[in-house]
Amino acid sequence: MTGQDGKRTVQDSKTDQMAAAAQAADAPAVAAVNVGKVFDGKRGAQVVALEDINLTVARGEFVSLIGPSGCGKSTLMRLIADLDQPTSGDLTVFGKSAQQARLDQDYGIAFQQAGLLPWRTVRQNIELPLQLHKVGKAERSARSTELLKLVGLTDFGDNFPDQLSGGMQQRVAIARALAESPNLLLMDEPFGALDEMTREHMQGELAHICAETGAAVVFVTHSIPEAVFLADRVVVLSPRPGRIRAIVDVTFTGSVERTEHLRESDAFFSSVSEVREHLHGSADANPLGVDN
Amino acid sequence: MTTSTTPTMRVETVPQGGGKARRFGSPRAARPSRAAAWRKAILGALGIVLVGVAWELYKFIGPEKGFAIGDLILLPRTNDMSMPHIATMFERLAEPLTGASNSIMMWQAVVDASAFSLYVAAVGWIVGVSVGLLLALLMQRFRTAQSAVLPWIILSQTVPLIAIAPLVRRWGSQIQFGDFVWENWMSVALIASYLAFFPVSIGALQGLNSPDTNHVELFRSFGVGWWKTLFRLRIPASIPYLIPALQLAAANAVIGTIVAEVSIGLKGGIGRMIIEFAGAAGGDPGKPWAPIFGAVAIGLIAAGAVGVLALLVRRYRRGETNA
Repeated sequence: MTGQDGKRTVQDSKTDQMAAAAQAADAPAVAAVNVGKVFDGKRGAQVVALEDINLTVARGEFVSLIGPSGCGKSTLMRLIADLDQPTSGDLTVFGKSAQQARLDQDYGIAFQQAGLLPWRTVRQNIELPLQLHKVGKAERSARSTELLKLVGLTDFGDNFPDQLSGGMQQRVAIARALAESPNLLLMDEPFGALDEMTREHMQGELAHICAETGAAVVFVTHSIPEAVFLADRVVVLSPRPGRIRAIVDVTFTGSVERTEHLRESDAFFSSVSEVREHLHGSADANPLGVDN
Repeated sequence: MTTSTTPTMRVETVPQGGGKARRFGSPRAARPSRAAAWRKAILGALGIVLVGVAWELYKFIGPEKGFAIGDLILLPRTNDMSMPHIATMFERLAEPLTGASNSIMMWQAVVDASAFSLYVAAVGWIVGVSVGLLLALLMQRFRTAQSAVLPWIILSQTVPLIAIAPLVRRWGSQIQFGDFVWENWMSVALIASYLAFFPVSIGALQGLNSPDTNHVELFRSFGVGWWKTLFRLRIPASIPYLIPALQLAAANAVIGTIVAEVSIGLKGGIGRMIIEFAGAAGGDPGKPWAPIFGAVAIGLIAAGAVGVLALLVRRYRRGETNA
């Protein structure tokens, strides 16, 4: 009797798991409902960083977060990454809590600083998350070879980070974020420290990489052209307290491929102006306000 | 002699951000060229020669009886008793220890005593480094431990060595389990470790806390715990801070050993030899210098050993350059 009971329970839990898996398979990459974040400041003062954030990022979708400095766009990304916890509202990542998603390695992350470990070679840096999660040596090496190729650093696998330029270091950081084939990529101004030329080149590379991996991306930036060039949707945040002021759909008819030609197109310019208008809060905003 | 008489020893500075130069060609850490290495060696040797020249020069031109105003000595005496020729010091090393016909050579006696002291200092260093690292780990892991322990660590170094040496000896003499008997050399090693643990605990704590928020959050995003972060991030990152701390610890262990040998009255080491021979300066001016050379040799060997250790972990001392 007990054995049968036990069996049934196992089957039940299996069904539950399958149901949960099915639900998770449908769940969007990120779903934020009325999310808010309040930091405790000095002497009991409270700083409201985010308020009433309602945002859904579909699987495979590229979403840029843009807004003035200190508007909480990085904070929102940090909430998704479970590096900070929201003080109100409900935030799920692939249908799970942000913490569970972090523990399950559902996302890869890249910061403004490449943050490579200087004592590890490029290849070892890319393999770091795999090594931490006890992936076998052969598999690790196969994966890093693949990723080195993807980011165009095949010849630099045995170099140390201090032998690379800033752009190359950032590419290694992106490869590291992709190491575990996450379905979500979180990027906090990853090209912020790069010069304009390297930056545009890297944007092209990233668009290509995202197309290839099919991962959803949450991309924090303060550059309007960068946001428009990369994203399917641009989320414009207001100054503190950060609220979503507008969500601009960026659709380029006819040209799905995001290449350098796109930057010259009228559609690109009109999207840039639209985002700029929302950012500045009025239609007759100063056109010089584009900050790269 | 107190703990403040630290020998001048090359303490390597912690790299700040590392070199900006990008070397695409060589995947290994760039080493100074052969010519630069020779230059360094020659300059180092030249420094030693200069000290010898200065000594002899002053002995030659300085007043025989020195120069004093009242009791205040402004210039030391230069006679052969006070300032023997450098050659005399070295010649003495090659002569027999005593007048007895079966006496061993002076240098042999010095080497024996130095080896004994070095052994005791090494034991003290190992114990001190272990304790220092454990304290640093504890303080890194628990903020409250840091608040509670750190003041005591700093306070511990303000107690004069002369005061604790007899206490350690007395406590030690009461320790006995089964066949184990606490010996005097263990007291000396314990005092050496007491001086050695300090720089290690402070340096290691600073090193373990050195990874910036970026790296710590990256490891958090990987969903790994404190131990994995410790082994893969904090310990490797602490190496540039740890090497100078270990060198300081080596110097402190040597000083602690020599001073404790004197305070406790342990025979067989270089500290006791320095005291014994100091009295001989009257008739045998070269003699007191022999154990001093021994003490210098111990210090150099100790520092050199840590230098070799530093070579082994060279890869952890690379600086990261940012864009």
